[in-house]
Formats: sequence, structure tokens, C-alpha cells
Amino acid sequence: MSDQPSRIDLRGVELAYGSYVVMRDINASIRRGEVFVIMGGSGCGKSTLLRAMIGLMPPAQGEIRYDGELLFSADRTPDDLARRFGVLFQGGALWSSMTLAENIALPLEQYTRLKPAEIRQVVRHKLALVGLKGFEDYRPAEISGGMKKRAGLARAMALDPEILFFDEPSAGLDPLSSRRLDELILQLRDVLGTTVVVVTHELESIFAIADTALFLNAQTRTPTALGNPHELLKHSTEPAVRAFLTRGESSHETPAP
Amino acid sequence: MTAVPPATAELQPADTRGGPWLRLRGDWRLRTGLPAVSDVLKDLPDPAAGKVLRFADDGLDGWDTGLTAFLLGCTDVLEAGGWQADFSELPAGVQRLMELARAVPENAEAHRTGIEPNWLARLGLAALNLVAIGGAMLEFLGELALSFVRLITGRARMRARDLWFQMQQCGADALPIVLLINVLVGMILAFVGVVQLQQFGAAIFVANLVALAMLREMGVLMTGIIISGRTGASFAAQLGAMQANEEVDAFRSFGIPPMDFLVLPRVLALVFMMPLLTIFADAIGILGGMLVGAAMMDLSMRAYWNQTLMSATMGHFMLGVGKSFVFGGLIALCGCYQGIRCGRNAQAVGQATTRAVVAAITSLIVADAVFAVLCNELGI
Ligand SMILES: Nc1ncnc2c1ncn2[C@@H]1O[C@H](COP(=O)(O)OP(=O)(O)OP(=O)(O)O)[C@@H](O)[C@H]1O
Ligand SMILES: [Mg+2]
Repeated sequence: MSDQPSRIDLRGVELAYGSYVVMRDINASIRRGEVFVIMGGSGCGKSTLLRAMIGLMPPAQGEIRYDGELLFSADRTPDDLARRFGVLFQGGALWSSMTLAENIALPLEQYTRLKPAEIRQVVRHKLALVGLKGFEDYRPAEISGGMKKRAGLARAMALDPEILFFDEPSAGLDPLSSRRLDELILQLRDVLGTTVVVVTHELESIFAIADTALFLNAQTRTPTALGNPHELLKHSTEPAVRAFLTRGESSHETPAP
Repeated sequence: MTAVPPATAELQPADTRGGPWLRLRGDWRLRTGLPAVSDVLKDLPDPAAGKVLRFADDGLDGWDTGLTAFLLGCTDVLEAGGWQADFSELPAGVQRLMELARAVPENAEAHRTGIEPNWLARLGLAALNLVAIGGAMLEFLGELALSFVRLITGRARMRARDLWFQMQQCGADALPIVLLINVLVGMILAFVGVVQLQQFGAAIFVANLVALAMLREMGVLMTGIIISGRTGASFAAQLGAMQANEEVDAFRSFGIPPMDFLVLPRVLALVFMMPLLTIFADAIGILGGMLVGAAMMDLSMRAYWNQTLMSATMGHFMLGVGKSFVFGGLIALCGCYQGIRCGRNAQAVGQATTRAVVAAITSLIVADAVFAVLCNELGI
């Protein structure tokens, strides 16, 4: 396993808003075709780390590399790498002036030579994958919060990107939809070989999909665990990680947030 | 209704059962009012007997968030003074809520320091802020320039569809209000002109006055001001709302530069549409002047029109149209800059809109003054 080339490398990454340091010393390497979960309590900096990884916010220190290439370098903007990404934002971030179909079609129009009829076909398929068949002509303001999440997911997958970033994909979804989503993520990994980076705190999901999980500890402001969640649950001695993975039920000195 | 006893808290020194005590009595509900923490804990007893203050239920008639909020306030004060609070004699519900409230320790760094800087520091901060704003504007202009280069080399990610849509929004849709305002301006100019010039028997020159004023100044300036309030504001609000909703980030995440996709079509549309609107404004303004002027002077339309043709040269017309390109660019830049740099909340969107309009109108007037000086020097 370890001889596989790593797709994403984080080296000594520090995230800060002005002088307020959110997280420091983030080190991880993410392999091709791996499901990598970023977990941690609310407000610990998961979304911030994701924003840095997709090039929306340069890290205060350290470097982020994709296949060995620096994400932030003087001779290239992150835009060039970005077209290999698909991103689901925490709030969905659908383009509110366009219908769902147009949202998904836009990246296809920009980056492929598909004809309108073919694009419609792809759009329909992507919406069906997230259980939104038939909602092509709805606008983001006309659908529910969970539906926005799913439509955002469909848009992120529009171009079959090499790397998918999902910020809390299952927040706001019912248990069944959330199960189907986990299933979808595993399929993307197995069938298309997609690398998936997921921010989530749904324990069930974490155990179901994660090959590797990174735990961000809000108290120490550093990541304090990296590994397969099942292994972490069995062997980790770190109380914060154990508390997180067991909902605080095994250790009483650290109540669940 | 029987009067409920008000909430009281009384400090008592230690006795045989331990202590010192804080005895709580009465109705501790938000709606009945609560004693202030600082008053109650004003004179803490002699800490000789240990620094633990025990809270006792000495006849609580009822409680809600009022009590727990008060207790949390007490804890903060006590802990600052090295004391401990002991709630073990309060009702079980209160104890559980207090445990929850204290489960996650306060984030020390999360506090915003509320120190008010003195005037010198404020001056310095304002200067630094100005530098930062200047830098941000330069960055915006630089990015826009790069975007133009991409457009010329055919690599810009702009959709023709968006350009047409924006042209319609800021061109055709704005025409009625532009016509209305400018016909009125033409009429007012003629009215004032006739009243003054008649005194010298030179009323016919009102045609010159209206034509020159509309072509050189009023047509383009009034249109610019209307478009600032209408289109500049809408650019800022649209882009600001998209920024607040992470939609702009979503474009970036697909490698689509927001400059190409959002800003470029708006700037181009306005730069193309302003001259057209200005030509309409000039024409309708002169027409308005003619109606009023001819009517007030008992002159034939033809005589007025001939006088207008004699005075209105191509130079005046071109000056107005030339300005309109610049004005269109300025309005679009102010609107888009404020929108793109907008913060992530509703208030920020409102601020961006206001700033866009103020900046646009100010820059129009300044640019107009520069044009006036230049024309004077060049003799246009
Ligand atoms: N624009 C900003 N400016 C300043 N501080 C910010 C900003 N955005 C986030 N923060 C701070 O950064 C920290 C991490 O925020 P982030 O959104 O990454 O949390 P998160 O782990 O995604 O939380 P959640 O699970 O609730 O989404 C928070 O403490 C927040 O206060
Ligand atoms: Mg988040």
C-alpha cells in the first residue's frame, strides 16, 4: 500500500485567520483512490483546512502538494489544478441565479465539447445519482436544505474529477439518504478510482467509508490522530480521539461536545 | 394573584455546617428581574475558612434561565478571585444545567480584545487600512487587466449569453428612466435659459445653451448618476450576495476565475451600453428643451432646430460620448469591486451596495472635473 504514490501531501500546514491560529502542524499524505476523512469537533477548523486544500486560502505556513506539484506557487494559480477537483461546500453554494440543471451543466459546458443534448443526459444522470431526478428546472431557492446538499454533490461530480472534496455531505440528510451517500462515495472510489476527502462528524459514516481519518483536536490546535478509524478506536490512547469515536461514552472525564 | 417575593441573594459567613454561604430566596425568573452579580458578591467573606462559596436553596419559589445565568456570572467572578463555587445544595436540575454549561472550557483565544485604541493608534490603523484598500484595488485592477488579456487572446471563461443578458439589464431595461430624467433636465435647462436670456433679447440662444449643456455635460452626467444608483448598486448587491453564499468560491473551485465569469461581462456590458444610453439622453434632452423653448418664445420648431444645428458640433457630441465610455467603466468597476470584496453576511451586502453607489458617483464627478480641465487646456 505504502509504495503507491501519494496524491495529496500536506507538510507542516498551519491555518490562520490573521493572527488567530486555527490549526498547526498538519501532516498527512493521501493516496490515490483513498477515502480520507477529516474529523473533529465543531469549529476546530475542518472547513478551513478544506478551503486551504482547494486553493481558496493560502496556508499561513507549510506546503500542500498535488502529485508533487505545489498548490500555491509563484508561476501558477491554484485555478490550473482546480479543474481536477470537485467540491461540495458546507452550505451547498449552488449558483442561485441558475436552475439545478444549469448548475451542473456549467462546468460541462466550460470544460467539455459535449452537445447540449448530451449535457442534458449527463445532468439527468448526476441528479439521479443523488436522488434528485426530475428536479432539473428547480432553482436553489425552491428546494430544501438537504436537497441543496445533494444538488451540490451532483455538481461536484459533474466532471468526474480526480479528487472530490465534500464538506459534511450528510449533514441535514435523513439516515437512508445518508446511507446511500456513503454507498455512492465508496462506488466512486472503487469504480472510478476517485480520491475522496470528506469532512464529517457522523460516526457511522466515518466507520463505513474512511480508509484513513485525521482527527483535529480543538483543544491543542493540532491534529492528534491519523489512521484507520477502526484501528484508532482499538489502539489509540489519546483520550480526545477515543471520546470522539465513542461519543464520549467510554471516558467520562471528557464529555461529548 | 399573590405577589411573589423577589429574588434575593444573601452572603453569610461560615457556620457549623460549613460555608461561607450564598443563600438564594424568592422567585428567580427572568421576567421578575434579578440582582446584579457584582452587588451580591461585593464583599466576599473572610477567606480564612477556605475559598469555597456554597450556594444554598433557602426558599426558591421558582427558577429558570435567570438563575442559571446568575450562577454562571457568579462562577466567573469567583474563579477570577481564586474562589470555587459549590452548587451541591441547589436543586438537582440546576446542578445538571451548570455542569453542562461548564463542560466545555472557555476558548481563551476566542475572546476579541475589546481595548479601545487611543486616537494616535486609531490614526495609524486608519492609515494602514487605507494602504490595504489601495493594495486591494490595485490587485482587483490587475486581475481585471489579466482577464482582459485572456479575453483578447480568446481564453477568457466568459459566456456570450451572460454578456447579452447584462447588456439587456443595464441597457434596454434602463432606457425608460434615462429618457424620463433627461427630458426633464432638457426642459428645465430651456425654462431657466429662456427666463434669463429674454431679459437681453437673446432668447433664441437658449437653443445653444440646451444643446451644448446636454451634449457636453448633462446628458452623460445624469445618465451616469442614474446608472450608478441602478446598475452599479445591482452589480454590488448581486456579487455581494454571491460572495456571502460562497458562490464565488464555487466558481474558483471549478477553476473558473470569477473575474472572467462575473466581472468581465458586467464591465463590458456597461462600457458598451453607457454610450448608447448617453446618445438617447442627449437626443431626448434636446427635444425636451425644444418643446419648452419653442413654446415659451413663440418660435417655430424649425427655427429652434436650425439654431440647435448651428451650435451643436460633432466635437461636443463626441466629448459627451467619450466621457460615457469612461463613466460606464468607472461605475462597473466600483460596483464589481465592492461586490467581490463583500463580507459574508447580510449587513456586508448592504454596505457594499451603499459604498458602490457613493464611490461611483464621486468618481464620476471627479472624472468630469478632470475632463473639464483637459478640454479647457486642449481647447475642445
Ligand atoms: N472568515 C473567518 N474569519 C475569522 N475566523 C474564522 C473565519 N472562518 C472561520 N473562522 C474561525 O476558524 C475556526 C474554524 O472554523 P471552521 O469553519 O473551519 O470550523 P469547522 O471545523 O468546519 O466547524 P463545523 O464542523 O462547525 O463546520 C472557528 O473557530 C472560526 O471561529
Ligand atoms: Mg465546517
